[in-house]
Amino acid sequence: MSEVKEEDISVDRSKMTVSETDVAIEINDMNKWYGDFHVLKDINLKVMKGERIVIAGPSGSGKSTLIRCINRLEEHQQGQIIVDGIELTSDLKRIDEVRREVGMVFQHFNLFPHLTIMENCTLAPMWVRGIPKAEAEETAMHYLERVKIPEQAHKYPGQLSGGQQQRVAIARSLCMNPNIMLFDEPTSALDPEMIKEVLEVMVNLAETGMTMLCVTHEMGFARQVANRVIFMDQGQIIEQNEPEEFFNNPQHERTKLFLSQILH
Amino acid sequence: MSNKFAYVRTEMAQAMPPPVTQTGVVGWMRKNLFSDIPNTIMTLLAFAFLVWTVPTLYNFLIGNAIFVAEDGTPCRAPEAGACWAYVIDRFDFYIYGFYPESEYWRPNLVFVVAAALITHLLWPELPFKGISAIAFFVGLPIFAVILLNGGSFGLPQVTTEKWGGLMLTLIIASVGIVVSLPLGVVLALGRRSHMPFVKYVSIAFIELWRAVPLITVLFMASVMLPLFLPEGTTIDKILRALVGVALFQTAYMAEVVRGGLQALPKGQYEAAHALGLNYFKSMYFIILPQALKHVIPGIVNSFISLFKDTSLVSIVGLFDLLGTVQATSALVEWKAPHQATTGYLFAAAVFWIFCFGMSRYSIYMERRLDTGHKE
Repeated sequence: MSEVKEEDISVDRSKMTVSETDVAIEINDMNKWYGDFHVLKDINLKVMKGERIVIAGPSGSGKSTLIRCINRLEEHQQGQIIVDGIELTSDLKRIDEVRREVGMVFQHFNLFPHLTIMENCTLAPMWVRGIPKAEAEETAMHYLERVKIPEQAHKYPGQLSGGQQQRVAIARSLCMNPNIMLFDEPTSALDPEMIKEVLEVMVNLAETGMTMLCVTHEMGFARQVANRVIFMDQGQIIEQNEPEEFFNNPQHERTKLFLSQILH
Repeated sequence: MSNKFAYVRTEMAQAMPPPVTQTGVVGWMRKNLFSDIPNTIMTLLAFAFLVWTVPTLYNFLIGNAIFVAEDGTPCRAPEAGACWAYVIDRFDFYIYGFYPESEYWRPNLVFVVAAALITHLLWPELPFKGISAIAFFVGLPIFAVILLNGGSFGLPQVTTEKWGGLMLTLIIASVGIVVSLPLGVVLALGRRSHMPFVKYVSIAFIELWRAVPLITVLFMASVMLPLFLPEGTTIDKILRALVGVALFQTAYMAEVVRGGLQALPKGQYEAAHALGLNYFKSMYFIILPQALKHVIPGIVNSFISLFKDTSLVSIVGLFDLLGTVQATSALVEWKAPHQATTGYLFAAAVFWIFCFGMSRYSIYMERRLDTGHKE
């Protein structure tokens, strides 16, 4: 388990404010099955605007599936998921509406290899939001600068390192100007020396007040950035708490076992 | 937050020249032809094979070949090689079939326009692709039908029974190619659809057409179809063959394209969806460009085999290039031992030129579209 030390990344928590009233995501009694396999069991979760939530848990616990349900990459069979005031049903129009407002970063980056970095970043704004090309490119440059790779704009993804690709993937999502960002193990496929550059970008993003849900094994990140850590096991939310409490005073046996295995 | 990168290189280091021993003709021969004993033996054997075959071939094709003759008499000499004079004499027939000689300018004009448009479309650097695409896919078919068939604008009508030769081969092949690729893409997407109706209709179409030999399709189109049509209605023979060939090819193309769709990592679909692109936009911008690029060799393979399969239409009484060559292969005034052989050699050479051209273009496109590592 690679872990970035807390002192490596400076974090300014002053701008990370959580709204008291505005709900970003609401999940009520949600269940999901893959065939006969019950992957998610009675999930209840309310995420306020500005929250930074880290979802931890052993592999196969359903944490990725959970966040993939939030932008309907996975379908839930029971219960309710409301994102940004829109309930996710099989209505394709609503699904697209939600996806426009929810950015997602994948473990394997999933950049489009046949398009340049710039085209990766401008495609969705131009063809989903209808933004003119010049404006989309300006926005793209802005975010590429923020993830510190403006000079790579005209290269193809295959010419970039893993860390650079993941930073582009974050920029690509931000170009859609989302209200919520989902991170599905964004650093798990990276070499250790590249993890930090991606985490820095994520910290930077948290400092802008973005609502973030991160499935990650980076407990240093969880401690420093998250306002809430959720522990999942076997498709259930077992425990959730503020990071300090979660790490120092875990309540549940399975949480204790998990923490003892990943923290040294 | 402070920037903690100490040094980030922005440009690649200069490549160094290769060692001198790796370059030059002698170095190349030493490395590739005589590197060790088995290699040297193979080189000598290959050389002996060339010494044995090349002079014979040369004598047959050029040295003893008859290029100019009034009729078959010189070709009947015992030492005579290929009878090119016969091909030259029949050349017009091979190219235009029974099309009247006074109207040759019409297919010529269509061919020139088509060639110009294709060149423009296939040459990546040239601008205004949209205009030439519309001209090619919409304008050209109308233009070609009006000009080739005639009967309007003061042009004398030339019925399709008179069409033939290379002209007919090119018409069938290009219609087959132009129809089969987009239809094949639609069917491939249909087969992967989640909508049961679309999915099963696509599967039924593909499996039905793919499981039938092309000859059967052509026979059905020319012999059986008229039986089902109401009396008095006739569908042009060439049109029937065109539809048959195009639909047959579509089924194959659909499976080639489906192969490309399946080879794409799931993450590409997910990333496209997560960005809010709907089905058609994600297919158009993300999935198809990559999937089609992956299967360029398969697509061109299909095109090449289609181009050659057009010769099967001679079975239903159409005279394509091979049909015209075959029809004259026993012509009495050119009777000679190598008469038929020369004709077939000519047909083979023409087919080869077109197919090899397609092959080279596909290699060029593959290289051009290669943007480095896959995901």
